[in-house]
Amino acid sequence: MSPLLSVKDLRVGFGREPKANEVVKGVSFDLAAGETLAIVGESGSGKSVTALSINRLVDFGGGRITGGSILLQRSDGTTLDVTRADESALTHVRGRDVGMIFQEPMTSLNPVHTVGAQIEEAFRLNRGLTGSAATAAAKEALERVRIPDAAQRLKYYPHQLSGGMRQRVMIAMAIASNPRLLIADEPTTALDVTVQAQIMALLAELRRETGMAMIFITHDIGLVAGIADQIMVMQGGVAVEQGALNAVLDSPQHDYTKHLLSAVPHFTAGKAARADGRRSEATPPIISVDNLVVRFPIARGLFRSSAGAVHAVDGVDFDLRPGETLGIVGESGSGKSTTARAVLGLVKATRGRIDTATGRSRHPVQMVFQDPFASLNPRLDVAALLAEPAIAAGQRVDAKLLDRMTFLLARVGLPDDALTRYPHQFSGGQRQRLCIARALMLNPDVVVLDEAVSALDVSVQARVLDLLVDLQREFGLAYLFISHDMAVVERIAHRIAVMYAGQIVEIGDAAAVLSSPQHSYTRRLIAAVPAIERRRELFTIDATQVPSLVRPAGFESDPAVWRDAGLDHRVRVEAA
Amino acid sequence: MQILRAIARHPSGRIGALIILVYLIAAILGAFGLTPHNALQQFRIDRLKGPSLTYWTGTDLLGRDTMSRLMVGIGQSFIIAFASVAIATLAGTIIGLLAAWWGTLWDGILMRLMDVLLAFPAILLALLIIAIVGPGTFTSVAAIGIVYTPIFARVVRGPALSLKQRDFVDAARTFGSSQWFILTRHLLLNLVAPLTVQVTLALAWALLTEAGLSFLGLGTQPPSPSLGLMLSESRNLMEKAPWLMLFPALVIMLGILGFNLFGDALRDILDPRTQRRSA
Repeated sequence: MSPLLSVKDLRVGFGREPKANEVVKGVSFDLAAGETLAIVGESGSGKSVTALSINRLVDFGGGRITGGSILLQRSDGTTLDVTRADESALTHVRGRDVGMIFQEPMTSLNPVHTVGAQIEEAFRLNRGLTGSAATAAAKEALERVRIPDAAQRLKYYPHQLSGGMRQRVMIAMAIASNPRLLIADEPTTALDVTVQAQIMALLAELRRETGMAMIFITHDIGLVAGIADQIMVMQGGVAVEQGALNAVLDSPQHDYTKHLLSAVPHFTAGKAARADGRRSEATPPIISVDNLVVRFPIARGLFRSSAGAVHAVDGVDFDLRPGETLGIVGESGSGKSTTARAVLGLVKATRGRIDTATGRSRHPVQMVFQDPFASLNPRLDVAALLAEPAIAAGQRVDAKLLDRMTFLLARVGLPDDALTRYPHQFSGGQRQRLCIARALMLNPDVVVLDEAVSALDVSVQARVLDLLVDLQREFGLAYLFISHDMAVVERIAHRIAVMYAGQIVEIGDAAAVLSSPQHSYTRRLIAAVPAIERRRELFTIDATQVPSLVRPAGFESDPAVWRDAGLDHRVRVEAA
Repeated sequence: MQILRAIARHPSGRIGALIILVYLIAAILGAFGLTPHNALQQFRIDRLKGPSLTYWTGTDLLGRDTMSRLMVGIGQSFIIAFASVAIATLAGTIIGLLAAWWGTLWDGILMRLMDVLLAFPAILLALLIIAIVGPGTFTSVAAIGIVYTPIFARVVRGPALSLKQRDFVDAARTFGSSQWFILTRHLLLNLVAPLTVQVTLALAWALLTEAGLSFLGLGTQPPSPSLGLMLSESRNLMEKAPWLMLFPALVIMLGILGFNLFGDALRDILDPRTQRRSA
């Protein structure tokens, strides 16, 4: 039997001379019906372009297929070479034979239409359903992707749904026409880990139910381990290794695959936690946060009367001692970034105290932001960027300052000539190194790292983490490391605080928290971490929703009750 | 220096720069009286002569050389356009930046004020101001400057609001940078590109508005030559002496084209993202 999809020596180029600017340089693979292929690679490896060529969406991005063939077996039994098909055939292919889901569910749904109307449109176009038949089909589609209370949700607008829900709506639309092939382009990258686990479980179940084939594009090799049959590793537009899942993961042949596998942060439930830099109770904390509360008031109506508040941070206590890393983990909306911003004074604390000990300089706390593209002013060269903290502190730009700049640039692994260059001339990883160098200009005691490695490719991420650990030892820095990624936190944190709905639910020694999580949320978070080691585990669908943080005016949450779960390991007692 | 070289390489920038350069030379020559003839002198025997070797663009009803009058007129128009756009840029940028930075109440007050100004058609508002103060070069500058201030305030406020939210502004706050530093280095510096484009466009509009005011007799007063005034005088002689209308109109049109082309080129060049990596 011929395969569902057969790609032979596919070449795709961009720009005026597509042949000279090829992004995909000869990729071949076969996909049988019902099989799942994972395409893994870092940004710029050509993985998305390869997948977008299958339904020729690549044309709209300015790409041209310059060679090779893509044979797709269609539902009526005929075989179509997609590279030579005309636009009307392609429309049919996109609608019925190949479904697609994208990375960012907010931008791929139209914000001015209800989700119901958008799903109905998919049915109208693909199956010719109208009126109540389309509505019924849309409701059924939402039930298929396990959205509770489907009839109600049809009337919702995209912004009223959470990220995970939106991605489910996207999946419902993609499978509306019962496609034989579903292309998923980084479908969970923008989602929280527990939501990601739910979406992965959903995709696995749908695949079992419908028997459709899947192409799953991701940068996270650990994520696909649970779902793929075949794996293809791409680098620089070439498939460097492809084969059955277990063969590739257990005995990788190509150096790049090996590198990728070793660079992926392996989550080991506390076994890989750092053993250096034990915390000593004798040294006084450099930062101590006591009952921090941050609320953002919500005003309604003509006279902006107070209608309650978002309790972003709700009674957080912790302290940070010199030289140690406190990892704050939690999902989006858990208040971890707001906590960090409050420590920096970027948001005003509604209540509570943040005490910072006198450090080595006037600004002992510095910050590195998540997005290295947004945190550097594109109009300033590196010298001006690095000089800014010093100028703000009243120093003059002299030879001494230049020496410090070149010293730090060398220390973070950037070339000397970087000083006269502009941010856009650096890669993401290099920019983040630049941000780290800038944060170190004033010799701080504490660096707050807000998702500082989340935007980077895995291999870059690993190197930046190593750099951070080295710098911590060399300069005696304390880190407040905020991340949603358990595996990353495990590698760098001495202590971990788990945040949920604005509160710390568990805090303590990293190894203790990760190896014997006590709070139910911590357990859920750890269970959701994808890993190569866990590829044979089946994830179950869990539809627990994060509680809303919008509270009526005057609301106060119950005081926290803590219990000790061992030496330096405290857990918040859960309400029964 | 680098920018000039880049403009020379830019295809439409080259044309725009060339036009502006020719105009500038003409204006300077005109200002120092280095015109083919005296712009005010009336050659009675040569009234309404078509273009010839002596009078390159012909003479008007009073026998004055229109070439000389055009050169002086360009200078007059340029002075008014540059001065009024300078006023509009300065005032608009300050108002837009402060509205964005202070936000809420100040934003509301300043921007509603700008909306009121913007609600009037440009030429009508300028006419109103001139009607109150009385015609003259200085009033024209002030009137055109005030008319175009809201546009700059808007052009600055929008991007400034989004820049204010950017991480690098937060980063600057964590260093303890002063407000002045953040406003100039982080906000204003990133507004250079939209502002230059707006300045060159506004120069073109100001040129047109000035010509319009002069055409209506409220800008430059006769016998001083001005492009708008020359057009106005040519109205009744359109059939008899078409060159009287043709050349001033051509000069106005080319001037506006030149500034527009130059503005486009500047925008392309000043954006560091479009520069090559080796730069």
